[in-house]
Amino acid sequence: MAAILNAKIPAGALDEKWTNHKSHIRVVSPANKRKLDIIVVGTGLGGASAAASLGELGYRVKVFCISDSPRRAHSIAAQGGINAAKNYQNDNDSVYRLFYDTIKGGDYRSREGNVYRLAEVSNLIIDQCVAQGVPFARDYGGLLDNRSFGGAQVSRTFYARGQTGQQLLLGAYAALNRAIAKKQVTAFPRHEMLDLVLIDGEAKGIIARNLVTGEIERHSAHAVVLASGGYGNVFFLSTNAMNSNGSAAWRSYKKGAFFANPCFAQIHPTCIPVHGEQQSKLTLMSESLRNDGRIWVPKKQEDVEKLRRKAIKASQIPEDDRDYYLERRYPAFGNLVPRDVASRAAKERCDAGFGVNETGLAVFLDFSTAIQRLGKTVIEQRYGNLFQMYEKITDVNPYEEPMMIYPAIHYTMGGLWVDYNLMTTVPGLYAIGEANFSDHGGNRLGASALMQGLADGYFILPYTIGDYLADKIQEKKADTAHPAFEEAERAVCDKMNKLLAIKGSQTVDYYHKQLGRIMWEYVGMARHEAGLKKAIDEIRTLRKAFWENVYVPGEPGEFNQELEKAARVADFFELGELMALDALNRVESCGGHFREEMQTDDGETKRDDQQYMYVAAWQYRGADAEPSLHKETLNYEFVKPSTRNYKD
Amino acid sequence: MNFTLRIWRQVNANTKGNFETYTIENISSDTSFLEMLDILNDQLIRQGDEPVAVAKGCKGGDPVAFDHDCREGICGMCSLYINGRAHGPDDEVTTCQLHMRKFKDGDTITIEPWRSRGFPVIKDLVVDRSAFDKILQAGGFISVNTGGVPDANAIPIPKEKADESMDAAACVGCGACVATCKNGSAMLFVSARVSSLALLPQGKAEAARRAKAMVAKMDELGFGSCTNTQACEMECPKNISITHIARMNREFLLAKLKD
Repeated sequence: MAAILNAKIPAGALDEKWTNHKSHIRVVSPANKRKLDIIVVGTGLGGASAAASLGELGYRVKVFCISDSPRRAHSIAAQGGINAAKNYQNDNDSVYRLFYDTIKGGDYRSREGNVYRLAEVSNLIIDQCVAQGVPFARDYGGLLDNRSFGGAQVSRTFYARGQTGQQLLLGAYAALNRAIAKKQVTAFPRHEMLDLVLIDGEAKGIIARNLVTGEIERHSAHAVVLASGGYGNVFFLSTNAMNSNGSAAWRSYKKGAFFANPCFAQIHPTCIPVHGEQQSKLTLMSESLRNDGRIWVPKKQEDVEKLRRKAIKASQIPEDDRDYYLERRYPAFGNLVPRDVASRAAKERCDAGFGVNETGLAVFLDFSTAIQRLGKTVIEQRYGNLFQMYEKITDVNPYEEPMMIYPAIHYTMGGLWVDYNLMTTVPGLYAIGEANFSDHGGNRLGASALMQGLADGYFILPYTIGDYLADKIQEKKADTAHPAFEEAERAVCDKMNKLLAIKGSQTVDYYHKQLGRIMWEYVGMARHEAGLKKAIDEIRTLRKAFWENVYVPGEPGEFNQELEKAARVADFFELGELMALDALNRVESCGGHFREEMQTDDGETKRDDQQYMYVAAWQYRGADAEPSLHKETLNYEFVKPSTRNYKD
Repeated sequence: MNFTLRIWRQVNANTKGNFETYTIENISSDTSFLEMLDILNDQLIRQGDEPVAVAKGCKGGDPVAFDHDCREGICGMCSLYINGRAHGPDDEVTTCQLHMRKFKDGDTITIEPWRSRGFPVIKDLVVDRSAFDKILQAGGFISVNTGGVPDANAIPIPKEKADESMDAAACVGCGACVATCKNGSAMLFVSARVSSLALLPQGKAEAARRAKAMVAKMDELGFGSCTNTQACEMECPKNISITHIARMNREFLLAKLKD
């Protein structure tokens, strides 16, 4: 299998790999760049930064997004911050330390070469964003401020209040706007990629739907870049935006791009708990809150009962009767353990019967100690917008009573398999940001998604794509009348017509919610063999029911939001099944993937490096065939994988 | 809770629209406004305009089209004019952060799209805000390419300036200011961007040119002029202050004086 998956990690010392690689890959001259077309799908941090940078370089770029403006992409919702190894705090941070924390945080399931490169370019990102006018938080001396995030013992997270993702995206969007104004990039808002077009095995374009008119369009290019984000919405309830979906990646998978580690999904420990059946999404409370918030549940069952009956308030429970379980179990990192660890610990307490709300699925995040220590004003300055957001949703004032939180699906580490150049197994098809799998292993550290999206888009892809395009300078852009385009367009239309023709008795959301329940129950925070097998069976049954009994109103040739949803949910069924299959295959616990069969006596994850030190890359084999598994062995040359220890 | 909903329905930009009335029942007070619309749409698809579903399947009423995405008040995708107010009766929230507990049981709620010459209706409650992108493309950026920039700490920026820049940068580009303004002016939106960049040393160099280009584009796209009613500030979900309009006017006048 090694022959199929060549990650192309450059040889040599860790800190020389990227420098050497950059020096030796081919570049395209300015005159030739003007002859080359690139399609970028998605306008989050990865897509916007890539499209702008590629446009500036002189390529002819088309960028597509499903929203009405590139600025709406879900990167905008990232709250807490972005990591970089600047060491501005003089706390002994370094590129190596950021690399090491990320590798360890990912539970040794990511590539050393990729992660080191990510840490290396992290500093350039901060410089770039400041130059663009991103108003990062500053100290009174006028220099940049930092905060701490989970899984790190240094303060390396740069932030713009609780809206860091928004500010970084507005920076990338501004760069994109400038490129659009200079006619280096053409934007296609309210357009959705529905299929990838291959000619002779190479990516040559896409089929897109104009979401306003419903028209199907063909776009050709010399290369296609997917920056279409993650697939957390397979769970229905997640912190992802409502329109976030996995379809661009999934359809590329069905055209031959391998899908790597689909079971690695991140469950974020601090989200507002589920309140009812009609809920449409879950709201994240930033990880930055764990800088000053302390997580606890009562020690006594009787206090739990009273809380659930609303007979007492949390603030009335004496200090000695509170179980600050993260501080108790993980003294070295305390409330700032990585997300997977914090999520499982919350589940453990709730499963033991200490959940603090009516559903039993909530723990407290308490700021009273910090307010006593620092005063309300300081806390308000740091987290004011998050506190306001919490109060608007729950009607509870978090300055007076602790927040209630519970884990929820947040991010997917898995994604399309890419090599060191960020190219998928389909030549000419690239995947960047959350859409690829490459940098976070089994668990992503907080404030690293923004870092990866911008690293890929600003500083990695614009270099590596030249190595492929250097071969294409003589090649004309593919003709959209080519039979491959015709065939792809027909398949897309057939599928839409099929969905519209069913006229069954249930709505798209009904099936999506059912799928979400199966996924959360069996492919969520804790997984086991029997449950995963059950999940696969149930997903198949549900998928069949969906295709027989869904009702999609309206016509294909119009603005039709139900049709958009239906096509995405149809893909989620297949993606969900692959997630379960991958989780079933990986009989070890690592990062966000917790197999109940594989845990230590005190409930910590038990990795199996002997058998599973590999990237699981799945190849599509047809609608009714099992996908094939290809293994990319992870070689740890520089770091010795050890048991993740956040206790001491 | 039960509600009567009067909702603007319009097939597309080229047809005339009208209000339709719907009733919706058993809504929890913790439901968000957009979740309430989800429930209505579910009801419409299942039942159509009649109370009983036909034998085989849904009746297939036409669900109400509305824009939404993050549902946590940051993407700026949701809009809606609710009972005569942009983003509804609560202050400092976008529609997605509005909850039904802000209404009384039995209320009639009127829901309209943003109404402004700058934002034509696409369908029902969905409007075309691409004019905002065009204004920003006219100059809402700092002209730097990727790479080759100085170290992030090379230029200290006073905390007060950075904070004020951030206040302006909090704009989510939803368009409530335009929808609220009786003149359909985009001054608050435009000035927030101009001001945010002009406050920073990095953005100073182009400040005058930027203000001029963005104001010219705004006028060209048919947005009205500002007559200082301050309604935009009142309805801005992110509390963007009209002091930014004053700052932009300064930048604009300076630019004109230099001409």
